[in-house]
Amino acid sequence: MSKMLGVAASSPGGSTRRPDSGGNSRKLLLGAYFDFIRIRFLTMLAYRVNYYSGILIYTLNIGVNYFTWKAIYGDGQALGGFTAAQMTTYVAVSWMARAFYFNNLDREISTDIRDGSIAIQFIRPYNYVLVKMMQGLGEGLFRFMLFMIPGMAIAMLLFPVNLPTEPSAWIGFLVMLFFSFLINSQINVITGLLAFFVENNEGMMRMKRVVVDLFSGLIVPISLFPGWMSSVLEVLPFQAITYLPGSVFTGRVQGVGIWNVLGIQVLWFLLLLIPIVWLYHAARKRLFVQGG
Amino acid sequence: MYYFGLVIEYLKNYMKTRLTYRADFWVEVISDLLFQATNFIFILVIFMHTNSLGGWNQNEVVFVYGFFMVPFGVFSCFVNMWGFSERYIVKGEMDRILTRPAHNLFQIFLENIDPPALVGSFIGLIIMAISGSNLGLPFEWWTIPVLILFTLSAVAIYTGIYTALTSLSFYSDAPTGILPLMYNIQSYGRYPVTIYNRAIQVLLTWIIPFAFVGIYPAALFLQRDEMKSMALLTPVVGLVFLGIGLMAWNYGVRRYKGAGS
Repeated sequence: MSKMLGVAASSPGGSTRRPDSGGNSRKLLLGAYFDFIRIRFLTMLAYRVNYYSGILIYTLNIGVNYFTWKAIYGDGQALGGFTAAQMTTYVAVSWMARAFYFNNLDREISTDIRDGSIAIQFIRPYNYVLVKMMQGLGEGLFRFMLFMIPGMAIAMLLFPVNLPTEPSAWIGFLVMLFFSFLINSQINVITGLLAFFVENNEGMMRMKRVVVDLFSGLIVPISLFPGWMSSVLEVLPFQAITYLPGSVFTGRVQGVGIWNVLGIQVLWFLLLLIPIVWLYHAARKRLFVQGG
Repeated sequence: MYYFGLVIEYLKNYMKTRLTYRADFWVEVISDLLFQATNFIFILVIFMHTNSLGGWNQNEVVFVYGFFMVPFGVFSCFVNMWGFSERYIVKGEMDRILTRPAHNLFQIFLENIDPPALVGSFIGLIIMAISGSNLGLPFEWWTIPVLILFTLSAVAIYTGIYTALTSLSFYSDAPTGILPLMYNIQSYGRYPVTIYNRAIQVLLTWIIPFAFVGIYPAALFLQRDEMKSMALLTPVVGLVFLGIGLMAWNYGVRRYKGAGS
């Protein structure tokens, strides 16, 4: 089981990024990182009952958004380049993508920081941020298999969702979905690490959650925002989480455009590494543990 | 009276702790408002592309939105059950609660009092006033008393639903992720429920009655006669759901055995 999961999860290209200590233990460390994926997956599996209610509630979310958009479309001309049918698919795909990429890494990191257990984590011979990303990936794999796929199946039964048939669209979507996960997790890691500098980042985490949901295009597709706002959103990383992959999958973006979308996602993935590395180093210098 | 005194004491206490972390207070106010703003932006964006949502115009939908914020602010100030399972059951804090003289649920509410949330209520009132005057709504003698009554009823509905859901953690030790998801669903109570299909209407009216914290009571002020009878039902629904919530809670507390740590 573990081996299979390890292979399934070995796609993240950047996972060979510098282990913290001696190079000779590199091989052993890689295995350790995969174990973090596996352990988180198994932990999530133990709590799988919680996710059955999650499936119901996400389906309800899709339903409510579907009927709201139906009422908005009324007689049915296109809005912001979306036809009513595309909007249905967009809503379903975006919510189910969220079912996959969502995680609480920000909360986990800030809890580690606030209760001081981060000190122990820093001593251990691994990269803390990378471990968190791996745990996020383990959770993501769980959410993908036991939350997103069954949820998608139910949504397709209930609502007129049109999914593409050609395999290339699916492969493209899965790759983009993986980048959605990476970018969203990176934003979570940044928010979490900020707890080093503000002590109580509860408000910031809530703000981040709202900002991601709104600016990623989950609630309103970005092309429906007024011009000035969508041009602002186009230079922010959030659109790469929901809006861009959703646009590809609903067939609004085709051909060369798909590579552009992927390019934007890769670009943001790389750009967001910079603040993470910087925060991580600044944090290690700054760390003081309150009580303990 | 004793309980009222307790509320004052805890509020004082809250202020003292908060004065140490002044910046937090404002961050929290802003993040609360931003949470509300998502839906406001949604409404604004929608009405750039259409001029009626199921027969309701922009000012009416914004008015409902303003009304929704009033009870929600009061509720989030006085009833706050985030992380109950982790904080009270897993860590064994519930044992301490049970030794306190005040009713255990009330004690928990007190400890989690959150005054910044009230800012949302004030903004809701301002939004109601602005959109109400845009619509030329009459200000009757009953407007204020009914507004208070409906606010209290809506707070009772919220309290009932969230207390019932939270009391589930007495039965299963798994941290339940239902609460945050509920927060998403409750905002659907502020759109005209008639745009949804029958199943969702029934769900939002009778099963998790979030339509009674937004669209139905607000319809009375908007003189929407088709929802008038539903609006007048609000206090009844409030009492029923508060009753269900308290019953579920008390029953759960009786089953509580401590985490054993």
